[in-house]
Amino acid sequence: MSVAVRSQSDERLAKPGLWDRLVVRPEIGALLGALAVFVFFSVVAGQFLSPLGVANWLDDASTLGIMAVAVAMLMIGGEFDLSAGVMTASTALVTAIFATQVGLNVWFSLLLSLVFALGVGAINGWLVMRTGLPSFIVTLGTFLALQGLNLGVTRLITGTVQVSGMRSADGYESAGMLFASTVDIGGTDFQVSIVWWVLFAAVAAWVLVRTRFGNWTFAVGGSALSSRAVGVPVVRTKITLFMTTAFAAWIVGSINILRNASVQANQGIGLEFQYIIAAVIGGCLLTGGFGSAVGAAIGALIFGMARQGIVYAQWNSDWFMLFLGVMLLAAVLVNNTFRRRAERVRR
Amino acid sequence: MIEVRDIGKTYGSVIALADVSTVVNPGEVTCVLGDNGAGKSTLIKILAGVHQHDKGQFLIDGDEVRFASPREALDSGIATVYQDLAVVPLMSVWRNFHLGSEPTVGWGPLRRLDRKKGRETTRTALAEMGIDLRDVEQPVGTLSGGERQCVAIARAVHFGAKVLILDEPTAALGVKQAGVVLRYVAQARDRGLGVVLITHNPHHAYPVGDRFLLLKRGRSLGSYEKGDITIEELTRQMAGGAELEALEHELRAVQK
Repeated sequence: MSVAVRSQSDERLAKPGLWDRLVVRPEIGALLGALAVFVFFSVVAGQFLSPLGVANWLDDASTLGIMAVAVAMLMIGGEFDLSAGVMTASTALVTAIFATQVGLNVWFSLLLSLVFALGVGAINGWLVMRTGLPSFIVTLGTFLALQGLNLGVTRLITGTVQVSGMRSADGYESAGMLFASTVDIGGTDFQVSIVWWVLFAAVAAWVLVRTRFGNWTFAVGGSALSSRAVGVPVVRTKITLFMTTAFAAWIVGSINILRNASVQANQGIGLEFQYIIAAVIGGCLLTGGFGSAVGAAIGALIFGMARQGIVYAQWNSDWFMLFLGVMLLAAVLVNNTFRRRAERVRR
Repeated sequence: MIEVRDIGKTYGSVIALADVSTVVNPGEVTCVLGDNGAGKSTLIKILAGVHQHDKGQFLIDGDEVRFASPREALDSGIATVYQDLAVVPLMSVWRNFHLGSEPTVGWGPLRRLDRKKGRETTRTALAEMGIDLRDVEQPVGTLSGGERQCVAIARAVHFGAKVLILDEPTAALGVKQAGVVLRYVAQARDRGLGVVLITHNPHHAYPVGDRFLLLKRGRSLGSYEKGDITIEELTRQMAGGAELEALEHELRAVQK
C-alpha cells in the first residue's frame, strides 16, 4: 500500500543539489550581502580594513546586533516589538536614575532596571495575547508610552532631559568591566560589546534550532492555531519571546549607560525599525515562522560596515539611507522567492 | 470509549448544537455527517477541548469530563487532526511530527532536542503507516495535501492516541488522494483506535464508517449503525431528503 505514495514522492522529488541545499538557509542571502559590502568598502575606503576601522564597524554592529537577534527571535515567533528601540533608553534611564538620584549601588540599579525591562516585556506579551490585537499596534502603544515616560520622568526628577554623573556612583567601575570595557588586540581597543553580540547570537541560534523552546518559536510563528492544537503553550512561548527582546534591550541599555556615563531621555527612538530591517535582511519573514538568529547578526554586521564604510569613504552619510532601502528591498525579494518554494502546495 | 449524551452548546443566543448523542468505540469509525453549519465543527471542538459544552454529558470510559484546553484532551488520549491546521507548513516533517512532544536529551539549561532520535522515530512511524518519505527534513509545505493529512494521522497514532478525530480530512483532496487518506483512517481503526470522521461526503464516509451520526442545523437527525442504513438513504438524508425531491421536481419543471 505504500507503493502509491512512494512512487509519487520519487517522481516528483528531484535530488537536491548543493545550491538547493544552500539556498534554503535563511542566512545565505545576508552572508553574500555582507561579503559584497565588505569587499566593496575594502576597495573604496582605505581605512576600512585598518584595525581601528574594523574595531569601529564591529562596535557599531554589536549593539544593533544584540537587539536584532532578539527581535529576529520574536519575529520568527510571529510578533513585532516597536518598543524595542526606546526600551534601550528606558533601561539606561532606570539604571542611571537609581544610581545617581537615589544613590544605589550600580549593580543593584542594574538589577532593578532588569526587573523593569522584563516587566515591560511581559506586559507587551500579555497584552498582545490577551487582546488578540496585532503586536504592531500594541507595541506602538508601549513605544509611545515609554517615550513619554522617559522624557516626563527624567524631567520630573532631574529638571533636564538627561541623566549624568554615573562615574561617581558606587560599583560603576566593576559594572563597567562587564558591559563597557575594551579588549586590547594588537594595539587596538575592541569594545566588549562585540563579545556580547557574538555570544548572544550563538546562544540564540542554539536555542532556536536545538531546543524545544526554539521548535515552539518556529511553530507559533508559522501557525499559532496548529501549534495550540498539538499542545504547544502558545501564550507562554510568545510572552517569553517578548521578555527576551526586553532583556536584550536591558543589555544594550546597560552597555550604553556604562560606556557614556550619561543618557539622553530621547535616545533610542527610531532604532526599532533598524532592528527589524537587520532581522529581515538576515532572512526573517515578516509573517513569522521562518528566519535565523545568525542571519540577524549578519544583518547587523552589514549595517555596521555600511554605516562606517560610508564615513571612511568620505561620502555624505545621506547615502546610507539609499543603501539601506536597496538592501531591504533585495532581502525581501530573496525571502519571498524562498517562501514560495517552501510553501508551494502540491495537490 | 467516548460517549456524549444530549450534548448542547450555545454561543450567546445562537444554538449551535442541541441534544446530540453518539458513541465512539475502539476499533470503530463513527462518522459525523452534515451540511455546512450543521454543528459538526462545534461537536468536534467540544470533544477536542477547544470549546466546552454547556448542556448534556461527555463521558470517557464512563467518567464525566470537561476539557479546559486541547492539551487536556490530548493527555486523555484524544487527538484531533484539523483540515487546515494539521501542520505548520514551513517546518520540516520531523519537527512537525514531534511538535509539542519533542524528544530531548541532557538536563537543565542544556536540555536539547534529540534530533537524531526525532528523525528516526518519524521515519519509522511513517513507514509503519505505509508512508515512505524520502526526506524528513523537507518542509511539510512541500508535501501534497493528502500527504500532510497522513503525516498528521501518523503523528496522532504514534503518540498513543486512543481516539482520533478527523475534521474533513478529504474535503480539499482529489479522488485519488482522498482514497489514500481513507486507507490510513482504516489502518488507524484496525490498530484499535476509535475514530471520529467528520465529512460532508457520504461516499467517503460509508466505506470506512461503522456508525453514522447525521446532523442538521445543530440537531441530530439520527445515529445509525452501518447495517441499518444504505448509502442511498444516507445520501438522501444528508441532502435534505424531501427537500431534494422537491428541488428535483422544480428543476424538471424548468426543463420542460
